[in-house]
Amino acid sequence: MTDALNLLIQPLGQTLLMILVSTLIATIFGGALGILLFALSNDRFAGKHKGARFAKHVADRAINVLRSFPYIILMVLVLPLSRLIVGTSLGTRAAIVPLSIAAIPFLARIVESSLSEVDAGVIDAAISCAASKRRIVFAILIPEALPSLVSGLTLTMISLLGYSAMAGVIGGGGLGDLAIRYGYQRFRGDVMAVAVITIIILVELIQFAGTALANRIRATR
Amino acid sequence: MRVDGISKAFGSHVVLSNVSLGVPKGSIHGIIGKSGAGKTTLIRIAGLLEKPDSGSVRYEGIETPVHLLRGRALLEARRKTGFVFQSFNLFASRTAGENIAFPLEAAGWPHAKAHARVAELLALVGLSDKADSPSMHLSGGEKQRIAIARALANHPSILFSDEATSALDPETTRSILELIRSLREMLGLTVIMVTHQMEVVRRICDTVSVIEGGKIVEQGLVADVFTNPRSDAAKAFLKEDRND
Repeated sequence: MTDALNLLIQPLGQTLLMILVSTLIATIFGGALGILLFALSNDRFAGKHKGARFAKHVADRAINVLRSFPYIILMVLVLPLSRLIVGTSLGTRAAIVPLSIAAIPFLARIVESSLSEVDAGVIDAAISCAASKRRIVFAILIPEALPSLVSGLTLTMISLLGYSAMAGVIGGGGLGDLAIRYGYQRFRGDVMAVAVITIIILVELIQFAGTALANRIRATR
Repeated sequence: MRVDGISKAFGSHVVLSNVSLGVPKGSIHGIIGKSGAGKTTLIRIAGLLEKPDSGSVRYEGIETPVHLLRGRALLEARRKTGFVFQSFNLFASRTAGENIAFPLEAAGWPHAKAHARVAELLALVGLSDKADSPSMHLSGGEKQRIAIARALANHPSILFSDEATSALDPETTRSILELIRSLREMLGLTVIMVTHQMEVVRRICDTVSVIEGGKIVEQGLVADVFTNPRSDAAKAFLKEDRND
């Protein structure tokens, strides 16, 4: 059992690195993309312009195509991109690239829908306060949607934890890889149990932290 | 403030056709009509929240018709107006004081000056003790007072009110109307109020437009419309008012 626990340390670190970095990247790029999708479709922003509607249509198709790929296929497809960005197509660093690419459209949709849930009347009020569109997004819409954004980010992290289990295919390591290589292929039931239980604990922790944070924001309102 | 020949359609549904309306500085004008008559669209166009298909919107002191403005000039014109809504539309993520501060932030007021202005506005609407209250903890009447303070933050000359008292009980309605009337006296505001309640018109308006099917069917001094209504719509509203 101690042996199994010892085997856990490195994969745990790899999993945490993969999901934290890809969540961060997805927050930046997926967040920006989500705001753009919202602005392109909302009547009070650019939604009434024909050009915006067309751009939204193109972006929708691209995002849906990207989201339709089975993750394991996506991972192999972006190998050349990984080599370009992080200099290698193998290992944990390389695994962060497809994880981020999967998470960006996922989070973008979450941000788009969270912002769309903000009451139109609240946007009207912000417009009548003579604020610029940019200020309305950052000073009103994002704070108004914050509990829902936090819940969405939690969901994204948990999905990434699931995807990261496949990182072993490109030598990315992580807990899923540990479970497959030791637990499954070498019939080490103890390692399998330790790996799976650790993943369960991680999911619970992420969910708990996310829910607690969202509730805390709601409680101050 | 005046609008001339305003028309607006959503798709094939004509909401306003050729509506004109002038409101002299410092007076309170009521726009009354049933739901679907077009009154909300009219005030949204007059208050720069919606663009007309044709016609013009003009504010005193601005050369260009304001509905044509864009970018910075549009924001400048909006600073001459305040808008209050039936559902208050306060920002839940902000306290009462921070709600009032938002238009000041948007206008680039320095922090200290904005802080003092917020205190002044809270006092103006009688809620000095609520500065740090989360806005969602306030009662309906308090929410509307904060919304009015927010609307007045940038020293506007025109206040638009879209059914501002419709979600409130009769007593609170009267206190909000009283507040609007006293603000008009104090600040020389021009007030344009959309309502479906004759009581609102009777209590504080100087002039009134009766709107039906996207057209103004009667317009004049409140006293004249009350004593001698010409349109069927005005007669119906008066009858309702007497029955209340």
